[in-house]
Amino acid sequence: MSLWEYANPVKFMALSGRILPWTAWLSGISLVIGLVWGFFYTPDDFRQGSTVKIIYLHVPSALMAINVWMMMLVTSLVWIIRRHHVSALAAKAAAPIGVAMTLIALVTGAIWGQPMWGTWWAWDPRLTSFLILFLFYLGYIALWAAIEDNDTAADLTSILCLVGSVFAILSRYAVNFWNQGLHQGASLSLDTEKNVADVFYQPLLFCIAGFVLLFVALVLLRTRTEIRARRTSALFARERMG
Amino acid sequence: MKALLIRDLRLAIRAGGGFGLGLAFFLIVTVLVPFGVGPQSALLSEIAPGILWLGALLACLLSLDRILALDWEDGTLDLLACAPLPMEAAVSIKALAHWLTTGLPLVIAAPLFALLLNLPSAGYVPLVLSLLLGTPALSVIGTFGAALTVGIKRGGLLLSLLVLPLYVPTLIYGAEAARRGAQGVEASTPLFMLAGITFGVIALLPFASAAVLRVNIR
Repeated sequence: MSLWEYANPVKFMALSGRILPWTAWLSGISLVIGLVWGFFYTPDDFRQGSTVKIIYLHVPSALMAINVWMMMLVTSLVWIIRRHHVSALAAKAAAPIGVAMTLIALVTGAIWGQPMWGTWWAWDPRLTSFLILFLFYLGYIALWAAIEDNDTAADLTSILCLVGSVFAILSRYAVNFWNQGLHQGASLSLDTEKNVADVFYQPLLFCIAGFVLLFVALVLLRTRTEIRARRTSALFARERMG
Repeated sequence: MKALLIRDLRLAIRAGGGFGLGLAFFLIVTVLVPFGVGPQSALLSEIAPGILWLGALLACLLSLDRILALDWEDGTLDLLACAPLPMEAAVSIKALAHWLTTGLPLVIAAPLFALLLNLPSAGYVPLVLSLLLGTPALSVIGTFGAALTVGIKRGGLLLSLLVLPLYVPTLIYGAEAARRGAQGVEASTPLFMLAGITFGVIALLPFASAAVLRVNIR
């Protein structure tokens, strides 16, 4: 029994069909708990007032925006090295979700920034790198859409994803060098004792779990759709031949 | 390799509309900027390094699809794929030819255009140095983009969308070096970073470009 068995589309379909409802429901439940708890049962911050509550959307989406790209990088590598079609399709399925997450992070950030920093947008390193990440996503999706042959498209986008990752990291540090930051430090990191105060922290964890599960559910759903679309086109092709 | 380089250079110079067009575009951008922002020389001299870098970048971008598209159409690329020359070398030569016909003229002409934008006299050496170090990276990255989109009909816009985000680090360090030079501040740090990017890209990216081109030819 190894992970690679699920590279077989039939096995993948069977497994993902069983997991999908669970992840979808769990994601819904934890999002409801996290958001309701966060929005209605936590106190206002003494400096930021109630605007602090946008953290429950902003932090998880920003977290996912980066991790979706990481997931695409891994699945692209799997495609290049072992040529499993499910992997390439999963990368294709994840990209639009990544765009959505990046947009949510940018928009919620702007909504929070207007009352707090007095501006919708500032050329701060973090904001700028997110905007660049957004452009990378757009290019990736556009390349998928532009190429007709599926395998060629998978090859080209995988290599673009690899090269793009290197350049995204380069841009991140270049942008840091270019301008000083307005954005506060990381809200959550594993290596520090104290992150956000506990009242805000616990619902935030629920929201993050909800976003992760939501992403898993959406990727599974979209990958299943892609696989089915492939099957239909194969069936049509066979019909035309016969 | 030498034959390929000479062939590409000759084609670029003799076939109409390629060579010098980038330069003319660069000139037009430089001329249009004062119309856009107003003729105050203090403002112009402040934004001159950034404008010159952006102009050079756009001029490079415009000529990218010429690197491979014609060779793709007439089958030269298929012949190159069968030739004993490794694909990596062929792409590197293509990038070099592109730099010699687009990047180098831009570097040489930049001081003249800087004059139009009233660049402070301290800024000339850093500007030329940064362009000299940075434009090869633009050519090599652009060749990767051209290889990605070579099989796509009317891929010009897509090419820009793919290549421009990849240009971000080069532009940041290059323009920063030119800006620091114009303000009379020490500019060596961004210049070193720029050189790092350029040499790293020259060393590694041809492998990606060649891989992409092989997929497209398959």
